[in-house]
Amino acid sequence: MSSVSDTLNRIMSGNSSARAEIEEALNRARSAEFKNVFISLSEDRALTRADEIDNKIKNGESVGRLAGVPFATKDNFLTFGGQTTAAATILSNFEAPVQATAIEKLEAEGAICIGKTNLDAFAHGGSTENSAYGPTKNAFNDVKVAGGSSGGSAVAVALDIVPFALGSDTGGSIRQPASFNGVVGVKPTYGMVSRYGVVAMASSTDCIGCFTSNVADAEEVMDILAGKDARDMTTLPNYFVPTSVEPGQRIGLIKEFMDKDVDESVRVNVMKYADKLKVAGHTIEEVSLPILKYALAMYYIIVPAEISSNLARYDGIRYGKRADGVKTLGELYNKSRGEGFMAENKRRIMIGSYVLSSGYFDAYYLKAQKARTLLIEAFNELFERYDVLLGPVVPTTAFNIGENTADPIKMYLADIMTVPASLAGLPAISVPGGVTEEGMPIGIQLIGQQQSDGKLLSLAKSIEGSHE
Amino acid sequence: MTQITREDVQYLAQLSKLQLEDQEIDSLASDITNILRYVEMLGELKTEGIEPSYQVTGLENGGRDDIADATFDLSKLLSCAPDTADNQVKVPKVL
Repeated sequence: MSSVSDTLNRIMSGNSSARAEIEEALNRARSAEFKNVFISLSEDRALTRADEIDNKIKNGESVGRLAGVPFATKDNFLTFGGQTTAAATILSNFEAPVQATAIEKLEAEGAICIGKTNLDAFAHGGSTENSAYGPTKNAFNDVKVAGGSSGGSAVAVALDIVPFALGSDTGGSIRQPASFNGVVGVKPTYGMVSRYGVVAMASSTDCIGCFTSNVADAEEVMDILAGKDARDMTTLPNYFVPTSVEPGQRIGLIKEFMDKDVDESVRVNVMKYADKLKVAGHTIEEVSLPILKYALAMYYIIVPAEISSNLARYDGIRYGKRADGVKTLGELYNKSRGEGFMAENKRRIMIGSYVLSSGYFDAYYLKAQKARTLLIEAFNELFERYDVLLGPVVPTTAFNIGENTADPIKMYLADIMTVPASLAGLPAISVPGGVTEEGMPIGIQLIGQQQSDGKLLSLAKSIEGSHE
Repeated sequence: MTQITREDVQYLAQLSKLQLEDQEIDSLASDITNILRYVEMLGELKTEGIEPSYQVTGLENGGRDDIADATFDLSKLLSCAPDTADNQVKVPKVL
């Protein structure tokens, strides 16, 4: 796969140009149309920006750290140069009046967005099948799902269309598709990266991160994205520094993630990864976190509650699609929302309404938020003795398209290993960890304490490639 | 055991401002029932005296400097709205 640094070197050495790199990336995107990776391409804006950067290079002016490097972004990031749909009918005609802070930061460094990638509508899902634009196909196998919800971005990097892509991760939406498509996926500490201008899902766990073909590229992209933003009051002061990790890291292998319900090929490859860490001078011990089995239940109370609140803004009034043939304001709300949301959006909004409604609030929502405290405390206790936790990202490799769509719980179970870090605001990354006999990729998950993003990435980088 | 009925779904749809097609109601009733039964496993956890965690980083009272700043361009914002008149967003009658 072509890396960010290789692309940059080609441009800066004069062997290529920003325009040539962008044209080639657009061509690759078009030739992969059968995979349904992109919802839209922003060709005109991308080529205009490429010419501006080439002129600057020609005139010897300073250009940024990613000058001319193409990237793609999940279509829930607000961007200029086309529509931002969140893969939902209700936003199918929406042209954003502002850009997301993440996009602005990358553009300030010269990176060029070539298009918007497919997702589960409003990022609700784990397969990119809940999209108004149809499912994205797995990079390795057309009958398998891309994973989700950031499926299009994962496949765009796995197919080498772009060297990096942006995604959002609320309960695993970067890590899980990274695992299913054999690329690096980073979910940072909650608050490390501004969410301004990204369509909100669940505000207490939403995080912005990236997909890359290698860990060094992920460090570079996250270094640019990190930092406080006056437009997102949950952002932390910038603490992120790419680092190098010393031998002797204490690594805990999560027992509950390695039981017999997990595919054998996944367990075998996690153990192989653990062996590589051992060879590199780190210690591995099995650790137990019994409360993990409750994390998914907490997640599917807390997140729908926040969704029901965040999605109240889509009302067909100020932006987005308005239903035709309505006589009153009440009808306008009900019909615009009824027509504009996908089935999974409705399911989550209504569960959220249920768990927040009087009579049920204490039993569901408050109970889940208290249980979340127990989960956080259990993680904190482990991090007194361990530097990093290790396990799979998903119990399986990519499942078949259509296999889980009839059973929401089966679909939710694909998140069982990714939601714990989300609920506790912990950084977690997915790195490639070999393939099955059928050639389907397996991901390895590394979880650290808050603000240990740099350590996780450097640990993964230190043994990268030695695994295969 | 929790059982969500068609009437419950219709009430939740009303709270959520969602117009549903008749054929959506039965599948929502069974899906929501199954999901609620799954999450009810939290009942096994002892949480008496535990504080809820509504947020995870402990940040408090974020604010920006009190300096006037350009926000949005009015015409750009209005161009997002489905219906406008006299520089305002137009809606059907309220009642």
